[in-house]
Amino acid sequence: MMSEVTINDRIKQDITDNPVVLFMKGTPVFPQCGFSAAVVQILTTMGVKFKGIDVLADPEIRQGIKEFSSWPTIPQLYVKGEFVGGCDIVREMYENGELEGFFKDHGIAARA
Amino acid sequence: MAIDAAEIERLIKSGLPDAQVRIDDLRGDGDHYAATVISAAFKGKSRVQQHQLVYKALQGRMGNELHALALQTSPPQD
Repeated sequence: MMSEVTINDRIKQDITDNPVVLFMKGTPVFPQCGFSAAVVQILTTMGVKFKGIDVLADPEIRQGIKEFSSWPTIPQLYVKGEFVGGCDIVREMYENGELEGFFKDHGIAARA
Repeated sequence: MAIDAAEIERLIKSGLPDAQVRIDDLRGDGDHYAATVISAAFKGKSRVQQHQLVYKALQGRMGNELHALALQTSPPQD
């Protein structure tokens, strides 16, 4: 129980301290999963600065983030503390142009 | 660890009985699927909430036996 609180607190801290956070497999430079790589590529193309958190390096975060978001898969994108979605949702929002507006509405610099 | 398309469809419909479901086996390997799900239960819900309803119907298989399921969800068009 003690450690669950700690994990949730750590996740809250990460998504509060950083405007854009991607929980992913691998790192932004070396993604270790195609779905994580796809989201990294979208964010990079849009010029959005983000913090990547490698869940493979931390099993507690890997399990903890799934429970925190009620979301069973990685990657997971957070913007200003709000869960945006996984790979499918981010890709859909990017392809229909919604993502750029979403970032701008949240005060994050992004290009189309 | 593979799961077949009919089983995915059955699980989704067990959680969302009105759902129209289409499953595509993207690589023919029983491990990478795409699902299109249309259900009245999605009305007024965000995309995240819509996907969460599908994940709930899959009863914990998503991320386990089912590694890759690209999801597209929407309410029925009026």
